[in-house]
Amino acid sequence: MANPARNIDELETTDPKQTRGPWREAWYEFKKNKIAVVGFCIVLFFILLAIFAPWIAKEGINAQETADRLLPPSAEYWLGTDDFGRDILSRIIYGARISLWVGFSAVIGSVIVGSILGIIAGYYGRWVDTIISRFFDIMLAFPSILLAIAIVAVLGPSLQNALIAIAIINVPNFGRLIRSKVLSIKEDEYITAAKGIGMRDIRILFSHILPNSMAPVIVQGTLAIATAILEAAALGFLGLGAQPPSPEWGKMLADSKDYLQSAPWTMIFPGLAIMLTVLGFNLMGDGLRDAMDPKMKS
Amino acid sequence: MLSYTLKRIFQLIPVLLGMTFIVSMLIRAIPGNPAQVILGQQATAEAVQALTEKLGLDKPWYIQYIDYLKGILTGDLGESFRTHAPVVEEIWPYLAATVELAVFAMIIAIFIGINAGIVSAWFQNSWFDYIAMVLALVGVSMPIFWLGLLGQWGFALELNWLPTTGRESVRDPVNAITNFYIIDTIIQGEWGQLKEVIRHLILPGLSLATIPMAIIARMTRSSMLEVMRSDYIRTAKAKGQKMFFVIYKHALKNAFIPVLTIIGLQLGLLLGGAILTETIFAWPGIGRYIYDAIGFRDYPVIQSGILVVAFIFVMINLIVDLLYSFIDPRIKYD
Repeated sequence: MANPARNIDELETTDPKQTRGPWREAWYEFKKNKIAVVGFCIVLFFILLAIFAPWIAKEGINAQETADRLLPPSAEYWLGTDDFGRDILSRIIYGARISLWVGFSAVIGSVIVGSILGIIAGYYGRWVDTIISRFFDIMLAFPSILLAIAIVAVLGPSLQNALIAIAIINVPNFGRLIRSKVLSIKEDEYITAAKGIGMRDIRILFSHILPNSMAPVIVQGTLAIATAILEAAALGFLGLGAQPPSPEWGKMLADSKDYLQSAPWTMIFPGLAIMLTVLGFNLMGDGLRDAMDPKMKS
Repeated sequence: MLSYTLKRIFQLIPVLLGMTFIVSMLIRAIPGNPAQVILGQQATAEAVQALTEKLGLDKPWYIQYIDYLKGILTGDLGESFRTHAPVVEEIWPYLAATVELAVFAMIIAIFIGINAGIVSAWFQNSWFDYIAMVLALVGVSMPIFWLGLLGQWGFALELNWLPTTGRESVRDPVNAITNFYIIDTIIQGEWGQLKEVIRHLILPGLSLATIPMAIIARMTRSSMLEVMRSDYIRTAKAKGQKMFFVIYKHALKNAFIPVLTIIGLQLGLLLGGAILTETIFAWPGIGRYIYDAIGFRDYPVIQSGILVVAFIFVMINLIVDLLYSFIDPRIKYD
């Protein structure tokens, strides 16, 4: 005898598009975009490199072998050595940890602070909104790298302060994004309904408004990680970020300046690592935008 | 139009006040006793006290801010700790050097970026389109300080085509009048110097131009593709007009508006990005002025340098906003 319940299941699954939720739908769209998948693979590669650094890289990345100074790429040192005789490949592998750590944590920091400010501004409106929005305007009036330099100049040069500076300069971007999202969602009927049944503001914010604003934040966040990695490397390059002997990519580039002609590999490979990581996040971000938010499609 | 212009200028006032406030409070944000940090641990108590008073740190923050604002309005940007010269006098040659570099870079970026975008859109999905867009993607992700070093290594050190650093030939320095060396050398008819100045501009200019060039190319392409689908372009084509005219005369006019926004935005970012390029190429611009000041904890210079760049950034955005309505009369402001 046929089971009626099973028949209904079968009926519902005949059209895959109908059963997929918005997240799976986005994933499906993302997978179709070849360039985005390349970006994803690059990012994944560097994440794995960072996680397994102690197993992949040689021991003692800060150990100085003066006899092996500025050696060109060879079988022993795949990417050559720097002016202290340190293995560049191993330092780049460990550098991935620093860059990804700064990229992710700075962006997570700015998403959290930006979301809180954006939600407050968007949901409560009026003078609170005016103050917060003006504050964002003022921060965006500074070129971002310059503001980061100013913050580090005040706090003192270190990787941690560079991270804080990068997080701060990205706050208004997320704040504005969340605010505009909240403004549009706030008027939706289901929010009116939630208010009607007596739901409290905080619960409406966290169980309805925030989850519905997530898609653009993820897209913007991925692209922001790319910028954050570039900014951290720029600060490191200027001597305002990671301090020696840290194998931070920007710092490695700064150290290579004196050996451009005699040992160009000290400059080529750290720069390539920065460029590839940033490219990976940019490609992935573009792909996510097309997959998750068709309206933002360029 | 006039009322919109006035409104936009009026809206700028709180932003400018906020900017000056943040900049004036920078010193206060130094952890610990700012005067002690600036002077170092060996400084005497009297010296620390004197600096505290000079910087207005002994007064309440709002008094300090009002004093700072008064100073700016009367053209006083403070005095450099290092050289003891007024910042407002010192800053001009640096600013001119940066503006010259930024304008040079922007001209390269606009010229190549727009044309690459147009040709990509014109021959959509051709090999040129693919190569240009891959290059643009890579360009957007390029750390300019790496690109600068690559250029220095390849074109200056290995090939010896271009000078590695500086703004002019050391053996034949430019006699500065306006501090825009291209203009100065032309006024004085020093053609040999002009050639040297341009040769010095190429490498830093190109590395600074890369990111805006890539962004402008991508924006132009997508904007052109959209316009090319519209009816009036089809009509122009149907009339038998040459493709070159259809694109450069009809399509570009409408496709240019979003591109203009990007150009305005990029010019501002270029001023910020100049600090990196200037460090690599020892370019005596405002970025380097600020960077050197950080090393000496010369806060009046850091503050004023940042304020001046931010002010220019805001002004550029204002001008771009106002330009819209000239380019596209359909845009109406209420």
